[in-house]
Amino acid sequence: MTVIKVDNVSKVYKLGGPSHNSLRDALASFVRSPLSRGARESIDALKSVSFDVSEGETLGIIGNNGAGKSTLLKILSRITKPSAGEIELRGRVGSLLEVGTGFHSELSGRENIFLNGAILGMKRAEIEQKFDEIVAFSEIGKFLDTAVKHYSSGMYMRLAFAVAAHLEPEILIVDEVLAVGDMAFQKKCLRKMRDIGETGRTVLFVSHDMQSIGRLCSRVIWLKDGEIVLDGETNEVISAYRTEQSETGSERIWSEGSKRPGNDLAKLSAVRVLDKNGVPASAIDIREPLFIEMEYEILSGEKVVVPNIHLYNDFGVCVFVSHDWQSEWRTKPRPRGTYVSRMKIPGNFLAEGAFLVTVAASTYTPMEVHFVVRDAVLFHVVDSIDGETARGDYAGVLPGIVRPILEWETEILNS
Amino acid sequence: MQEITIIKPETSRFQIGLKDLWIYRELLYFMTLRDLKIRYKQTAIGVFWAILQPVLTTAIFTAIFTSIARFESITVPYPLFALSGILIWLYVNTSITMASNSLVGNANLVTKIYFPRLIVPLAATLSGLLDLLIGVFLLVLLMLWYGAAFSAQMLLAPVFIGLGVILATAIGTFFAAVNVKFRDVKFALPFALQIWMFLSPVFYPLEILSEKWRLVFAFNPLTGILLGFRSSMFGTPYDWFAIGISAAFTLILLMFGFFVFKKMENDFADLI
Repeated sequence: MTVIKVDNVSKVYKLGGPSHNSLRDALASFVRSPLSRGARESIDALKSVSFDVSEGETLGIIGNNGAGKSTLLKILSRITKPSAGEIELRGRVGSLLEVGTGFHSELSGRENIFLNGAILGMKRAEIEQKFDEIVAFSEIGKFLDTAVKHYSSGMYMRLAFAVAAHLEPEILIVDEVLAVGDMAFQKKCLRKMRDIGETGRTVLFVSHDMQSIGRLCSRVIWLKDGEIVLDGETNEVISAYRTEQSETGSERIWSEGSKRPGNDLAKLSAVRVLDKNGVPASAIDIREPLFIEMEYEILSGEKVVVPNIHLYNDFGVCVFVSHDWQSEWRTKPRPRGTYVSRMKIPGNFLAEGAFLVTVAASTYTPMEVHFVVRDAVLFHVVDSIDGETARGDYAGVLPGIVRPILEWETEILNS
Repeated sequence: MQEITIIKPETSRFQIGLKDLWIYRELLYFMTLRDLKIRYKQTAIGVFWAILQPVLTTAIFTAIFTSIARFESITVPYPLFALSGILIWLYVNTSITMASNSLVGNANLVTKIYFPRLIVPLAATLSGLLDLLIGVFLLVLLMLWYGAAFSAQMLLAPVFIGLGVILATAIGTFFAAVNVKFRDVKFALPFALQIWMFLSPVFYPLEILSEKWRLVFAFNPLTGILLGFRSSMFGTPYDWFAIGISAAFTLILLMFGFFVFKKMENDFADLI
């Protein structure tokens, strides 16, 4: 069932021109030209955006700053009205555009739970019923009756999220909430959000953090300049977005011969990241294999040339170095010509995140490097939360460079 | 039955949105409670300000007016007369000031979350009622001290306090909305309120004016409220003509205040 129906929604903001922030300005401009209402510059924050969201769907919204994400959320949460178009929402809407909205620093934790709950649209009886749960989730314990201005920022955030997390709306709209708080808190938030998604409620989630989006959302909308660029399955959209964003893409081609990296023995002409179907891709599901392909030209058949690939993760840690050790030219010089070498990385091997690929071709005896291109291509491994990957039911941030599925055995010794 | 929300561009049709206000009535309660609780936080003498302000003002007016002027028409001791006027005035004055700052002061709420915006200035005017009730209690004590007569008319006092709340709400919501766009309110309002006090029978009886001017003063909505409140407290005859005009004018102001507020409401989040 469709629970959110956005139909041709546009929003125009008037900029500059006569905005009259003081009465004097308003009067002065009226005196100058009583008939004209002034030419106003305007920007289209949203241009005829349409999409539907079904019940139980977790939809991510991505895009650069100024793409219209916040405007869309503000319209959906009824803070501002659209200039044109219509939206239909089925069920209670809870929006978390900022955790802790409406907290008052002079009031105690207890008082703020009730105030914030009411602001978020909870009934008093409902808050009373969930009060103990909220307090337990927030872990503020004995500080419950202390004014929140004496709280540490961590306690403040925990309490604020605790209230919001127990709102239980049919539609939850969340904006960047997870960008704050410590790691442990973020894990808790993510888990709670996943729980919300799993109970059949609809979640709209805006974030800059592609990893959280990848973990939580089944579908993603990419906004750019107020328009939907792409609306589809998470990996596909993140992949397209990443490719546009980074200077380093998933494919790099050197078409002009003179600019190709290399010496008079070997020259590189292309590097690509391919998915399991051999199609260039920049976001790969953690369960699926991927290929890194390098295309190069051997200009003289005098030496043994070994292509090799160095993989680095987000933090600059080298994950591995791999040589082409299988081909027949591992020990003998190869004839002139254009070659393609393809390395397969199995599924359920790399951890999630961004990976940078350095490619090189070398001769080992004596040691000689013919070309080396650092950070030639980039790709992302996406780990979705559906219980079928190595992360199992754990929704938080999972450290580690690799994330293989390993065998476990558990036996009961006595009972 | 699931609730269905339709979000559309603003229409020209004017609605106060009473249904929405009703749905969010508990928020009004909590916001009022919040404004009450934080009012005297971090002050040394706390809620005693609610007593100190009217008492000191009454003392000053008494000192001035019992030495330089005699108001023949006043049937009760002057301090009682002055205090009764000052209580109403302080309530209206404080509530309008608080309400006019309420939206700007709660900008983080207005830009981050949806709720009927009217709740913000309403909570500001309602939270001032506690001070007024403390003041009325003080007035009753002072009446006992002076041995003033008590009559059944006192039961009508809440009606005039109610009119005072409506008047403060009307003007408060108007300025709350205007203040979002024109911050001039911050400077103009205290000045206008001061003039209004002098033009209202707060510390002088209406009888010092000529017939003609009394009629003009009746159009000041505060006049009827002051007259009615005093007649109720002191058991003197009601001037129903002045009270009627004031009440009607107060209601017109309320509609006007709500109308302006609703007209500007849609732009609050974008302007604030």
